[in-house]
Amino acid sequence: MDPLFEFLCRMGDNTLVLGHRVSEWCGHAPVLEEDIALANTALDMIGQTQMWLGLAGEVEAKGRSADDLAMLRDVWDFRNLLLVEQPNGDFGQTILRQCLFDLWHKDMLTALTASTNPRIAEIAAKAVKEVTYHAERSADLVIRLGDGTEESRARMQAALDRLMPNTGEMFQDDDTDRALAAEGVAPLPSSLQAGYDARLGALLAEATLTRPESRYAQAGGRTGRRHSEHLGHLLTQMQWLQRAYPWATW
Amino acid sequence: MAPAGLSVGDVVTRASAVPGQAPDSAAPRPDTGTIWRWLAEVPDPEIPVISVTDLGIVREVTWQGDTLDIAVTPTYSGCPATSVIAMDIETALRDRGLTRVRITTRLSPPWTTDWLTDAARDKLRRYGIAPPRAAGGPDACPLCGSAHVERISQFGSTPCKAQWRCKDCLEPFDYFKCI
Repeated sequence: MDPLFEFLCRMGDNTLVLGHRVSEWCGHAPVLEEDIALANTALDMIGQTQMWLGLAGEVEAKGRSADDLAMLRDVWDFRNLLLVEQPNGDFGQTILRQCLFDLWHKDMLTALTASTNPRIAEIAAKAVKEVTYHAERSADLVIRLGDGTEESRARMQAALDRLMPNTGEMFQDDDTDRALAAEGVAPLPSSLQAGYDARLGALLAEATLTRPESRYAQAGGRTGRRHSEHLGHLLTQMQWLQRAYPWATW
Repeated sequence: MAPAGLSVGDVVTRASAVPGQAPDSAAPRPDTGTIWRWLAEVPDPEIPVISVTDLGIVREVTWQGDTLDIAVTPTYSGCPATSVIAMDIETALRDRGLTRVRITTRLSPPWTTDWLTDAARDKLRRYGIAPPRAAGGPDACPLCGSAHVERISQFGSTPCKAQWRCKDCLEPFDYFKCI
């Protein structure tokens, strides 16, 4: 597998799967303003997906478009983090998942703006502007809900306990990462961990939430070795139209 | 190697020229200044009081032989208006008699609200949308002018806007996000 194609799928599949998950809230959010905010965030992520998977298709040079990659691959081809395929749960769990992802995503994109690959650098420069906005909102809501009522705090802590083990694989280096880091294309995932831990620690303190003691990490999403059962269910929703009516356009 | 007129990363969005079609040497080739003036009359599909040039999204206009190249940058990467804008530009130019137009999406440098013209800021305000400010929020309600305003949501009815409210006239209004 070409490391560059693999890397671009990892970036694009993260925003695709999380963008789809967040869009599931459309019309169901607790208040209208949050409904709009969730839909806008999802839209940004789908837009970023078009850039990443569009470039992945070009790099692969087999004639596959961003749409082909998004709609015609199956679970084993997806390279997204386990975190982003986790179910929405309640609003608090959705926001906490977003926050855990945004913290990493913003750092990753910031590093990628200095990529030796100019196409990657310009996509990152575009995306980081949007993600800075996402990160600001999700952190703000985590603090308000964590340091909120007894009920909201308990729900946020439960969400944190549930989701935290899915963050570990963000920082695990593999051969793909080492190959790209050697060429200055992308940072080593492990190089982002200290900054992430520090920022998350400060945020959780302000939100009066406690990081689980165990550092056990679920892994297998970004390598495609083993996704959680949730991704397959998500794809049956996201891809049903292309599966039922191949090549349908509108 | 990018074709003439394209920069690294430019992706062709719309190309009206038919491949293999013989160049029409008799076709008019207005200077780019004229093209820019025509583009200044193409409205943004979501906020029709401002034009695509007011918005600062038209990045370059060049002739490559008998083909007109127009580089457009998206405001937000997922903004659904982007493809409509490319179509509107092509339609407007076809109405002026130009048939060989190539529209490309250019990501770099990324769009910033700093590129909104001063005229655009005034037009937005008059339309009821508070223009973007580096401070991160509007200085006054675009409807009554009061400085007593508060944010309702960081997001709004389109990717480029947030929702605010005036505490004096009590009207909600859109604020054009600063990015």
